[in-house]
Amino acid sequence: MEALDKFRQEIKAWLEENCPPSMRTPMPEEETVWGGRNARFTNPDAKLWLDRMAARGWTAPTWPKEYGGGGLTRDENLVLQQELRRIKARPPLSSFGLWMLGPALLEFANEEQKKEHLPKIVRGEIRWCQGYSEPGAGSDLAGLQTKCEDKGDHYLVNGQKIWTSYADKADWIFCLVRTDPTTKHDGISFLLFDMMSPGVEARPITMISGASPFCETFFTDVKVPKKNLVGELNKGWTIAKRLLQHEREMISGMGLGGVGAGGGIGSLEQVAKDYFGETGGRIAGPSLRDHITRQKMDSKAFALTMQRSAEEAKAGQGPGAASSIFKYYGTELNKRRYELLLELMGTRALGWEGDGFDDGEINVTRSWLRSKGNSIEGGTSEVQLNVVSKRVLGLPD
Amino acid sequence: MALVLTEEQQLLRDTATQFFQERLPIANLRKLRDTKDASGFDRGAWKEMSDLGFAGIMISEKYGGTDFGPVGLGLVLEQAGRTLAASPLISTVLLCGSAVQLAGNATQRQDILSAIAAGDRIMALAIEEGPHHNPARIATKATPDGNSYRISGSKTFVLDGHVADQLIVVARTAGEESDRSGITLFLVDPKSEGVKITRTLMVDSRNAANIEFSNVAVPSSAVLGSVDGGNDVLEQVLDIARIGLSAEMLGLVQQTFDTTLAYLKERKQFGKVIGSFQALQHRMAALFAEIELCRSVVLDALSAIEDRRNDVPQIASIAKARLSEISTLMTNEGLQMHGGMGMTDQFDVGLYMKRARVAAASFGDANFHRERYATLEGY
Repeated sequence: MEALDKFRQEIKAWLEENCPPSMRTPMPEEETVWGGRNARFTNPDAKLWLDRMAARGWTAPTWPKEYGGGGLTRDENLVLQQELRRIKARPPLSSFGLWMLGPALLEFANEEQKKEHLPKIVRGEIRWCQGYSEPGAGSDLAGLQTKCEDKGDHYLVNGQKIWTSYADKADWIFCLVRTDPTTKHDGISFLLFDMMSPGVEARPITMISGASPFCETFFTDVKVPKKNLVGELNKGWTIAKRLLQHEREMISGMGLGGVGAGGGIGSLEQVAKDYFGETGGRIAGPSLRDHITRQKMDSKAFALTMQRSAEEAKAGQGPGAASSIFKYYGTELNKRRYELLLELMGTRALGWEGDGFDDGEINVTRSWLRSKGNSIEGGTSEVQLNVVSKRVLGLPD
Repeated sequence: MALVLTEEQQLLRDTATQFFQERLPIANLRKLRDTKDASGFDRGAWKEMSDLGFAGIMISEKYGGTDFGPVGLGLVLEQAGRTLAASPLISTVLLCGSAVQLAGNATQRQDILSAIAAGDRIMALAIEEGPHHNPARIATKATPDGNSYRISGSKTFVLDGHVADQLIVVARTAGEESDRSGITLFLVDPKSEGVKITRTLMVDSRNAANIEFSNVAVPSSAVLGSVDGGNDVLEQVLDIARIGLSAEMLGLVQQTFDTTLAYLKERKQFGKVIGSFQALQHRMAALFAEIELCRSVVLDALSAIEDRRNDVPQIASIAKARLSEISTLMTNEGLQMHGGMGMTDQFDVGLYMKRARVAAASFGDANFHRERYATLEGY
């Protein structure tokens, strides 16, 4: 305990000195730092903040030091995160490398691969994208067909991926490929390659929100060095599933108003008072008030459940069955929240662009549309319910 | 926050589980119902519960209690909920024990708390006056009369009212019907002249009564807490009861879920177990999620009382609203998934549905608590 207190003091002092004041303000979405070869820093402090945090390995606090991480224990990391929250520090780096690929590499990659890729993820030098879904393999991900042939001194990749987030901006891809067409799950391999390789093409897809964060990605005779295979040939499905767990954890936080929560619009009850009106200090519409209360109560219950699950894990009682519902419940909760915001704001949340609406209002409209994808990406709600039915409840096929 | 149980608490839960499964299984409730038992609960079992320390679980050792605290009581209530055990835990321990603990003077505490802990006294709180929980609206009047008071009015839905050895009556000593102040709690002997108690047979086969007070004389020493200042105590007592009842409902919900899940794995139609149908699987998985949230809320609410947090009213309303809704949903779904058998008295799921409805209506249903939460949060 004493050691932790000392650690906290050190961190406090370090953050005080090293976190630039502008990095302690709410972050507009366009200032999110994704890193990569073509990283753009609209605010020069963001680069400074990233470099300083990365130098200490604190963009990946719990990864081992030998791979550029912070080498912190679980408790030390908790302290670090608390202190970062306390000063309202912006995340220095947002990255699929940090959230998804890194943990999988730590578990499954060989030494050479870890040394090659992990430090660059920590420093935000390489931006990764995820090559999972295909036009014919969505919920049935293991039905993927992107072909990977052994050509002696290299692999040759041909096929197509879809919903590849930021493929047009990414430097490298972690990609599921078919190395044995005669079986299903046992014919999948986990491959890493450079998006600059000849034969790779990414085309952005315009989504209902008007944004284009996803791409169709085409591979035509892409040559990949053999050392870029992670794990054994045809054993990629195990890695793929583990990585999906990390992805779901990332997405389920959304129900708490985390990532992409239409920030800056204020609490539901304040929005209701501002846009619908109040009588005697109360929201004028009893029905809206009731909807808000349902939403707030369920959000609280969900937050407590995530907290309980974390405490159970810490107490060594395992991840617990509760964690299996996070992706499903968190995303459905987030969708409901946006539906409610639209009802509270009326036509002010129905603008598309231009001067008739302020940025916060447009952001709500666009985020409402974006939120619909939450219960589709990373395993649909229906797939999540299947998983709970079968794995947790033991119901048969 | 303690959302994970300590070893001591796990031990208590195991003791409670074993006790209710062996001593008060659901067959016990059926027997009380079918024999029209005069007490409406098993007096022998209640004595055993006090020997195990359940009756004195919130009472300090000074008065013979075990002082296990609210989380401990919640664990016992959850296990009681699993077998629909009828006992005076709610009326006597949650409501009246808490009221005396919070508001009683030294004499009252010594007398009442030690009797409750020993299992020697059944008590009932007479508060409701209409078909909906409304503690802010009290019409029953207590008028000063020399060195005593005269109580007149009628109370309904008094849990364990017809078997109580002593009543706590909520009456108005000042102000208008809907005023928050001017409420006083009185300890009343049910055998007093002018008290007329009528047992009401409820759908859940548990105890309740209507009580008429006609000019009932009570000495001023029978005032519990301060004159006109009963509302603060009452709100705290009710929140403890709401949270405790939520813990009981958690047990009820979990048991209905477990029973239904087992039935889905056993009942065959179209040549396969019906639990293999996705239409049922998804509903069960969604219910599983809701129940996990129920558990977190109940645990947090119990530790809120234990830690004397200032958000007890809010979390009490969240817990009672959620458990009222989910217990209704779960028992309805459970019945539907049992098909025609669910409609029979022989199957237990109907008993759970009946209890769920009564528990939901006690101390405020989901509508009451959502409205209350919005008021507490200032919107």
